[in-house]
Amino acid sequence: MSLEMFIQHFLNALTLGSLYGLIAIGYTMVYGILRLINFAHGDIFMLGAYFVFWGGALFKLPWGLAVVAAIAFTSFCGVLVDRAAYRPLREAPRISALISSIGVSFFIENLCIVTFSAIPRAVHVPQWLGQVHLIGKVRLLPLAVVVPIVSMVLTSGLLWIVYRTKPGLAMRAISKDIETTRLMGVPVNRIIAITFGLGSALAAASGIMWALRYPQIHPFMGVIPGFKAFIAAVLGGIGSIQGAVLGGMLLGFIEIMIIAFLPALSGYRDAFAFVLLIAILLVRPSGLMGEKLEEKV
Amino acid sequence: MLRAEHLDVFYGGIHALKDVSINIPQGKIVTLIGANGAGKSSTLRAISGLIRKTGKVFLGGEDISSATPEAITAGGLVLVPEGRKIFPHLTVYENLMLGAYVRNDKAGVNETRDWVYDLFPRLRERAWQKGGTLSGGEQQMLALGRALMSRPGVIMMDEPSLGLAPLLVREVFEIISTINAEGVTLLLVEQNAFAALRVAHYAYVLEVGRIVLEGTGAELLADSRVREAYLGG
Repeated sequence: MSLEMFIQHFLNALTLGSLYGLIAIGYTMVYGILRLINFAHGDIFMLGAYFVFWGGALFKLPWGLAVVAAIAFTSFCGVLVDRAAYRPLREAPRISALISSIGVSFFIENLCIVTFSAIPRAVHVPQWLGQVHLIGKVRLLPLAVVVPIVSMVLTSGLLWIVYRTKPGLAMRAISKDIETTRLMGVPVNRIIAITFGLGSALAAASGIMWALRYPQIHPFMGVIPGFKAFIAAVLGGIGSIQGAVLGGMLLGFIEIMIIAFLPALSGYRDAFAFVLLIAILLVRPSGLMGEKLEEKV
Repeated sequence: MLRAEHLDVFYGGIHALKDVSINIPQGKIVTLIGANGAGKSSTLRAISGLIRKTGKVFLGGEDISSATPEAITAGGLVLVPEGRKIFPHLTVYENLMLGAYVRNDKAGVNETRDWVYDLFPRLRERAWQKGGTLSGGEQQMLALGRALMSRPGVIMMDEPSLGLAPLLVREVFEIISTINAEGVTLLLVEQNAFAALRVAHYAYVLEVGRIVLEGTGAELLADSRVREAYLGG
């Protein structure tokens, strides 16, 4: 493989890994707080892409505004999902909320088919993002630089919220002991809503960038990226934000590089992630950066 | 200051609290003693809104019977739960800041924190250590310090001396008296009846979910039934 080709693959992997990472953060945050795998998260990602499409196509918003509005709207949808489908089940056995999340996933997908139709749509890509530059023999899409940078900025922002602000402190407390956190006077339902809002905003950002990078959107576009981001979260150690970023990046690189070096396997592209999931669950179920126990009684 | 009237609690079919009424006057230490499973913890959990109950609870004249635990803490009544329940993955400082969650006056919070550090110098030394690395006694100090951070009018403590070495037990009870001297009203649940009765102004004895005896700490210490059942004859 030539160096140019390798750089090309490397950039692709970086983009894909960043996008997985952003979605994975949402899984990991919700799991950390509620011990719930939010299977509707991939569909939230899809909503982000659709909202930016409609913002541009229907409401003729300027592109930047459409992006901001789409993120805000998706974030609101995430909060709404929690309020409607998970909060009433807070005291119920954990499996109930899990089943509820599968229901929400089907509901969102089918609602989108009914309202948006299942016809794939093309998202408008601003020229400064979509124009290919040739640097030597490497075809450089501005997105290949923009996506990792935006992801990094968003992830840093999130880490700042989680580790440096009062609601972030409350999130970390809830993740360990929800009852005692309530005794501290923390309005836990509001904190959980903030968590859903943040996770959904990141998923929306990922969905929008996904739609720019692979510019076709449809109501089921969130299913496979959603599953893969979930695998990324497990791989990194579910509950850990840094782990989700790491897992997303690893998964992106594994997927791209295996195909790059073994093109004969490209038909199995989606299978790698699931094989990896099985392997990680067998060998190291807590993931690469999973929670360590440091309690002392 | 804090008054509970006719509390009843059921766990499934089990009638855990039966018509429990207690009164904790302003500035006093009241203790609730009794054997394992008598309903001491249930009383505290019912008052703090963690479990469902029937009956009324008043805090400073305000009806908090159906308030959430968050609202009750914000209203100035804090529970130090059994087993301390500090956050092991957070630093001592962060644990204290969670205790102050309901407050928004930064300067005041820092002042309270310094006061807590003066009460428990070990916490100042270990401010940046994870709570889980503290010893049992230090964790109890942290749990008390954390409760004090919101500047509550009333603190309820569930078995603060449980699992501590005798020397530390004495220290805990000294601190309870200190906190009380600062004007904080206390409801103390203890298995260590002797120590609890000595610091308490007033005491209730719980037996299988029912209050069977009450009186001042000194009266109960002298009571033959209490001596026999809880103080080893």
